[in-house]
Amino acid sequence: MVLIATRRAAAALLVGAVLTAGGVAQAQNAVVHITVKNHRFEPSEPRAPANRPITIRVRNLDSTAMEFESVRLRVEKVVAPNTEGVINVRALSPGRYEFFDDFHKQTRGTLVVE
Amino acid sequence: MLAALLIVFREVFEAGLIVGIVMAVTAGIAGRGWWIGGGAAAGVLGACLLALFAASLSAAFEGFGQELFNAAILLVAVAMLTWHNVWMARHGRELAAQMRAAGHAVKAGTKSLAGLGVVVAIAVLREGFEVVLFLYGVAAASEPGSGLAIIAGGIAGLALGVATCVLTYLGLLTIPSRHLFAVTTAMLAFLAAGMAAQAVAFLQAANALTALGATLWDTSWLLSDRSVLGRALHTLIGYSDQPTALELLVYVATLAVTFALLKLFAREPAAEATA
Repeated sequence: MVLIATRRAAAALLVGAVLTAGGVAQAQNAVVHITVKNHRFEPSEPRAPANRPITIRVRNLDSTAMEFESVRLRVEKVVAPNTEGVINVRALSPGRYEFFDDFHKQTRGTLVVE
Repeated sequence: MLAALLIVFREVFEAGLIVGIVMAVTAGIAGRGWWIGGGAAAGVLGACLLALFAASLSAAFEGFGQELFNAAILLVAVAMLTWHNVWMARHGRELAAQMRAAGHAVKAGTKSLAGLGVVVAIAVLREGFEVVLFLYGVAAASEPGSGLAIIAGGIAGLALGVATCVLTYLGLLTIPSRHLFAVTTAMLAFLAAGMAAQAVAFLQAANALTALGATLWDTSWLLSDRSVLGRALHTLIGYSDQPTALELLVYVATLAVTFALLKLFAREPAAEATA
């Protein structure tokens, strides 16, 4: 019972935290579209604005799964064949952020934030 | 072949650590082989099933099905680990006394073994999912010949993962048995706290949690959580090189709740020694 009660309390705490700050974080995300075909990113150097949260939509047109990964962006996401993966990235300072397909290491690209 | 080995090893490494710890925790309890083996088998089966439905999972919840699924099963694992720890705090002493008296395995603790079986299944499922997708992609796409080398690399990676598990287990068993219980209790508590923080990270990635999302610090220059040591610490104690405030809060809260529960239950008189 104690366990259930504390879990409920923790859940209530989480919900409360979301409600209090939910409005602030709803700033419009910049959207970046990337497609993967024949294990190539298109575009391979997409651009995005600085200091705004970004949503990256990765469309995998190959017949095999890929894993969109970037160390600097802190992203690791499997994208199944012929589907689109959606990735949220926090606001970034200007710079070049490399990404790659972890299942096919030669497939690389760079997000240019400016 | 080396690339495949590294990819597969990186995925099974984490599961290997967790299974090794669970094996050490349950050392000497009868029937644990069934629960751990069963959990691992269920995890592999689940990973294959999940890979089959990867496309629908990804598309679910506006593209965040994977993140929400990961968060959900991680929270189940956190609950199971906490339950086991509390159960052991209550019954561990009798269990240890029986083990010493009988000098061999005791038939007890099956209830909490089921919980740990679930933890093993979840660990294997999470890591296995990516391995299955990766190897399937290779098998489906590669020209004959090179595919075989990659499969061989995958098997070698898997073997290294199993070795991680065995080494973790044997390493923990070198701890004198009177300290082992305290050590594994703490390890499970940190494991659970790290998983709770990871679940938060997944929920934040899916925009399901937006509060306290500011990054607290960046220690990636010191120890990246993508490096081998960083990954090991990530699994064992929940190390993150760029944690958000909410991750840290949930991490600390999970630890606090666990240790409070342990104190609460350990204090109760062991009146049900015969139960």
